[in-house]
Amino acid sequence: MELFNLGIKSIFIDNMIFAYFLGMCSFLAVSKKVTTALGLGAAVVFVLGITVPVDWLVQEYILKEGALAWLGPQFAEMNLEFLQFIMFIAIIAAMVQLVEMVVEKFSPSLYGSLGIFLPLIAVNCAILGGSLFMVQRDYTLAEASVYGVGSGIGWMFAIVALAAVREKLKYSNVPDGLKGLGITMIITGLMGIAFKSFIGIAI
Amino acid sequence: MSTETLEQPVVKKQAEPLFSKRRKRFVMDPLDDDNPVTIQVLGICSALAVTVKMEPTLIMSVAVVFVIVFSNLITSLVRNLVPGRVRIIVQLGIIATLVTVVSEILKAYNYEMYKVLGAFVGLIITNCIVMGRLEAFAMGNKPWDSVLDGFGSGFGYAWVILTVAFFRELLGSGTVFDYPILEKIGLVNIQNNGLMVDSIGAFMVLGLIIWVQRTRNGYVEH
Repeated sequence: MELFNLGIKSIFIDNMIFAYFLGMCSFLAVSKKVTTALGLGAAVVFVLGITVPVDWLVQEYILKEGALAWLGPQFAEMNLEFLQFIMFIAIIAAMVQLVEMVVEKFSPSLYGSLGIFLPLIAVNCAILGGSLFMVQRDYTLAEASVYGVGSGIGWMFAIVALAAVREKLKYSNVPDGLKGLGITMIITGLMGIAFKSFIGIAI
Repeated sequence: MSTETLEQPVVKKQAEPLFSKRRKRFVMDPLDDDNPVTIQVLGICSALAVTVKMEPTLIMSVAVVFVIVFSNLITSLVRNLVPGRVRIIVQLGIIATLVTVVSEILKAYNYEMYKVLGAFVGLIITNCIVMGRLEAFAMGNKPWDSVLDGFGSGFGYAWVILTVAFFRELLGSGTVFDYPILEKIGLVNIQNNGLMVDSIGAFMVLGLIIWVQRTRNGYVEH
C-alpha cells in the first residue's frame, strides 16, 4: 500500500515537470505533436524505470560511505560519494545505449518511431534528477523502482497533455512576440495550477 | 608597427587582436539577439528551479558560467583528439568532472547554500546550454574563441535567471537578496503572492520576459 501511494504521489503531486521543472528542454522542444510526445514519453518511462533502481544499487554497494565493505575490511572506510555525478551519468548514457540496442533488435517498428529521441534521453534532466532525488530521499530498492516508473509516467502525462494543447493552439491568434516558447511557458504555468490541486490529497 | 615586424618578421603577420570585432560578437550575441534561454530555449530546467530567491540564483549563475567556460576550453583543447563516435561521452565526462569540482567547493565553503540548491548543482551536467555549446561551438573552434563564447552564453543565461529571480522574490516574498525592500519604502500592505514562490510563478514570469524580449528584438517563431 505504501508503494502504491508513493507511485501515485510521484505521478501527480511530485510531478517532474510541474513541481521540479525537470526535463523541460525536451518537454518544450518535442511537444508539437501528440504522437511523437507519446513515443518520447514511453521511452522516458522505460529509461527512468531502469536507471533509478540500477543507480540505487550502485549508490548502495559502491559509492556510499562504507558500502565497499563487501570487498574486504580494508575498504570499509571508503567513501566514494564524490564520484556520484560521473557514475550516474555514465550509467544513464550506457543504459540509454543498451535500451536503444535492445529495442532495435526486438522491435524495429518501435525503434523506427522513437528513432532520434532515444539518444536524446541521455541528456534529459528528468533521468539524472530522478536518481539524485532517490539518493536524497533515502528510498529502498522497491521504493526506488516504483519512484522511477511513477515519475516517468508523470512526465509522460505532462508532455502528452501539453502536446494536445499545442496542436489546438496552432489555430489561435497569438501576439507575435509570444508565439512559440512564450505562450508555451504560460500554458505550462496554467497546467501547473491544475496539477497543484492534487496537493490537497493527503496520502 | 614597422619596428614590430622587424623583430618578428614571419609569425606575427596575421595575429588577430584579443578582442577583435569578430570575437566581441561571441560575447555580445548570446546576451541579446541569440540568447540561450529566451531565443534558443535551452537550459530551462535549472533556470526555473533555483529562482525563488536572488542569492541561490546568483550562486547558480556563477557555477554555470564556470562550468560552461572551462568545459568549452577543455573540449576545444582536445577537440582534435576525440573520435566523433565517442564525443558525447567525452563531453559528459568533462562536464561531470567540472560539476563535481563546483559541488565539492560549495560543500566546503557554503554548506547552507549547498543544501538549498541540493540536486540542482548536479543537474548542471544535463543543462542543455553546456552540452549545446560544446557540440555546436567548442568542437570546431579554437580555445580562446571558445572561452569567449562560453562567457557570452553563461552571462546570457545569468541575466535571464537573475531577472526571473528578482521578480519572483520581490512579489513572492517582498524582499531582494533577503532585504525587505518593500517595507523600507513604505509599502507595508502589499500581500505576498504565493503563486510566485511556487513553480507556476516561474513559468509565468519567464513567459512574460520572453514576450518582452522577443517583441523588442522583433524575433518571431513560426
